Amino acid sequence: MKLAILVNEGPYTHQASDSAYQFTKAALARGHEIFRVFFYHDGVNNATRLTTPPQDDRNIINRWSKLAEEHKLDMVVCVAAAQRRGIVDEGEAKRNGKDATNLAPGFRISGLGQLIEAGIQADRTVVFGD
Amino acid sequence: MLNIVNKSPLDRNTLQTCLDAGTGGAILLIEDGVYAATRGNAFESKLKAVQGNYKLFALGPDLDARGVGDRVSDGVTVVDYAGFVDLVTEYKTCQSWL
Repeated sequence: MKLAILVNEGPYTHQASDSAYQFTKAALARGHEIFRVFFYHDGVNNATRLTTPPQDDRNIINRWSKLAEEHKLDMVVCVAAAQRRGIVDEGEAKRNGKDATNLAPGFRISGLGQLIEAGIQADRTVVFGD
Repeated sequence: MLNIVNKSPLDRNTLQTCLDAGTGGAILLIEDGVYAATRGNAFESKLKAVQGNYKLFALGPDLDARGVGDRVSDGVTVVDYAGFVDLVTEYKTCQSWL
């Protein structure tokens, strides 16, 4: 089955990001297709490569990046939510005159249309949030 | 419909809102929502009352993370993440009550 995942909560907040990750991993292990993981609201904070948790803690961002690399996941960050929270790729840095970028590998910045498309294309959309 | 509730009923009213919606189907309790699946919790009677209309599930890893894996109410089925995935595919729609 084709599944879409929506993550509305930042990392290290409550548990939504962890739950979404564990669900996505389990769905892939079950042989399902993940059409897209969409990060919205504070969920866009899952996409900053500058996160440095203590060494004995899970690295939520790297974990997403690794999963995306292993399974060719399409992980999309909402552009408007990202701009508000300072999540920047090269295109956004150029467009908004920023001197740095911080988008982690495996993520891309795009618009809400990508969430709508995921809702249409996927058989189920599972929402994780606060 | 699969209803997913991730907050304790002692903290938020999302589980109550879910019951008020009256969709029937199933309720999966995850994260702090699993407290509602424990024996003797203040919301237990309300869940017992709707057991005819809903199948009740709770996420095992989240029960264990809170040390209440051995206190699950009768009538609640414990599932792992694979079981969570199966529930999502089994029901035609799923609603996260956030």
